[in-house]
Amino acid sequence: MHPSQDSSGRLLLSGNEAVALAALHCGVALGTGYPGTPSTEILEGFGALGGKAQWAPNEKVAAEVALGAAFARARVICTMKHVGLNVAADVLFTMTYSGVDGGYVLIVADDPGMASSQNEQDSRRYAEAAAAPMFEPADSQDAYDLLRTAFEVSERWHIPVLFRLTTRVCHSKSPVVPRFPAGVVPADTGAPTPNFVRNIAGRVMVPGNAKPAHKRLRAKLAELQTWNEAQGPNRLERRSPAVGIITSGISYHHVREAAPDASVLKLGLSYPLPMKTMREFVGAVERCVVIEENDPWLATACRAAGLNVEAKDDGIFRFGELSVDRVRRILAQDSSAEPVPPRGKPPELCAGCPHRSSFEVLKELDCIVSGDIGCYTLAALPPLAAMDMMIDMGAAVGMGLGLRHVLPREQAKRVVSVIGDSTFLHGGLPGLVEMAYNPPASGHVLVILDNGTTAMTGQQEHPGTGRKLDGEATYQVSYEAMARAAGVKNVVTLNPIREKARFKELLAEALRRDELTVFVARSPCILAAGRIVAWQKERKAMEQEAEGTRPCACGQNCDCGTATGQTD
Amino acid sequence: MNTTPNSPTNVRFAGLGGTGVIKASDIFADVVFRLGNTVKKAEVHGMSQRGGSVQSDIRFGSEVHSPMIPDGACDFLVVLEPSQVDVVRGGLRPGGLLLTPADIDVTKLPTAKALNVAMLGRLSRQFDFPEQSWRESLRANFPEKLHAANDRAFALGRSV
Repeated sequence: MHPSQDSSGRLLLSGNEAVALAALHCGVALGTGYPGTPSTEILEGFGALGGKAQWAPNEKVAAEVALGAAFARARVICTMKHVGLNVAADVLFTMTYSGVDGGYVLIVADDPGMASSQNEQDSRRYAEAAAAPMFEPADSQDAYDLLRTAFEVSERWHIPVLFRLTTRVCHSKSPVVPRFPAGVVPADTGAPTPNFVRNIAGRVMVPGNAKPAHKRLRAKLAELQTWNEAQGPNRLERRSPAVGIITSGISYHHVREAAPDASVLKLGLSYPLPMKTMREFVGAVERCVVIEENDPWLATACRAAGLNVEAKDDGIFRFGELSVDRVRRILAQDSSAEPVPPRGKPPELCAGCPHRSSFEVLKELDCIVSGDIGCYTLAALPPLAAMDMMIDMGAAVGMGLGLRHVLPREQAKRVVSVIGDSTFLHGGLPGLVEMAYNPPASGHVLVILDNGTTAMTGQQEHPGTGRKLDGEATYQVSYEAMARAAGVKNVVTLNPIREKARFKELLAEALRRDELTVFVARSPCILAAGRIVAWQKERKAMEQEAEGTRPCACGQNCDCGTATGQTD
Repeated sequence: MNTTPNSPTNVRFAGLGGTGVIKASDIFADVVFRLGNTVKKAEVHGMSQRGGSVQSDIRFGSEVHSPMIPDGACDFLVVLEPSQVDVVRGGLRPGGLLLTPADIDVTKLPTAKALNVAMLGRLSRQFDFPEQSWRESLRANFPEKLHAANDRAFALGRSV
């Protein structure tokens, strides 16, 4: 669908769409990432606009692919949700040391209020901890404009930068005046041509190289702070001196509405902070209030620098996102109980969803279910209430093994790890290796729910679907072959809807044995089934055309070698 | 309608995932944006296809700050699913207008799916925008095979 456009050429874009368009206009050579609400539409949008965009198996791999490209002088974006940055943190903390030759913008989307996340961690802490500059756009125009500034900073100081969005910036639409008219791909974006120049001391982070690299990093940040004071993308709006507000991101817009007469210092580059500018601002107003979502990161920094600022009551306002009403309360120092909106209807597994069937089986067998992240997490809600734990991507396998190792035998025998296809490839694979490496005495059962898509985030492709981000055919990973290669003896593929009775029977049997079993419960997501089935047919036809290739019966065209898709 | 000249008009669409809330709000935002307004639109994606409560805020006028409508400040509240009326009713300002499927003759809908378009037709009566603007946005937001049914659904709501 084409975005709304008015007669003056303004576009009505979500923050994610604005970032995608900016990436195109900045000449980004590669966009990579892992799907995660609210960040997913950035890469999809960039790809739809003609950019080279691809999903990685997880955020760490994405950040590493992006790093290689940035070592080769290219402009890259790497997208993920806030918890994805935990996965990519290992790369982040040392790539700030090595620095980059091209422009590297790591886009991280926080989810204050947890609209679709397991926590509301605050990525600003990563900026400080990893010494990565952090940009914080407030709306779609800001996101569009700041991405260019982020590349300029990244290239000038040879440093990867963080670009922090939040749910309301990602998913709110607001007008954008683009630098180029819609549909025009600029011929000269200013992006450098990729080229490899050897720099062993700069990129091999052994202690002897990392020690001077750390000093270089701190020197870059000191320079950048000076630049941020003088030329940074921060905006001082002088109005009444009675109240001054320091803020950033979407909170800026709540502030403008809640306190239209207040003076405002809006930060666009919030790490390293322009503390001198902030100090002058605080000194010029009678009362200065810091308005920020989630952690009191900005307020704490101000106070550590000796600035006399007020902050929100973190007993109340640290939880959830801010709004115009909440900003009014903060300014009024009103810590009374907030009105509780009536509860809406929670989401549920779709009618006909294969996960329903799988969890009915698990419930009927009274399994202790170590679960994971995806649509199927909804099975934890009543009436199914058939998932006992969910923490992070891939944890189903490890947590299940831990339970098995220590529980009394009769309880250990009921433990099953359940994980979705995309989540398995993202973070479950090392768990599978652990399962065969340190098998519990009672054995273990891992169920991979393969619905052929990354359903929860809106049906994205992944290595198990055999399709790239744009739908192009590529190699299709076989879970069955992976399980065998890891050392799992029993590998069963079945359809949890059509073969529900068989699933129950075989699962009960697997739970009785003190062996390792992996079930691949395969049935397409009903929202994506049309596409998946069409692609399966297309693939089958292609393979039958290619001489000597005979697809197996498990439906994945894997090399599981089974003619019938049954237990081996 | 507005109490102060610069305050935006606030329209909220609400319902359950899969009832066309987001689509209706996209079309409405498109209509007001093409007419030269500053528009902001806020919603939370992620669970929208899984039957949970969904709402989408649109604010438009000459100046709009927060994309989210403050508590009890909706000028119009368009609810596509009757079970959600009591859940969202509190968002309406005193004197604001609540529109629900009861405001149209749903038995005359060309398809049940077209309810969101019929409700847009009903909403269109509250604004003096050219009918052509609505029709153009509807066409731009749906595949051609649905245009005829949508025209009928829109007319059904608009003619109530």
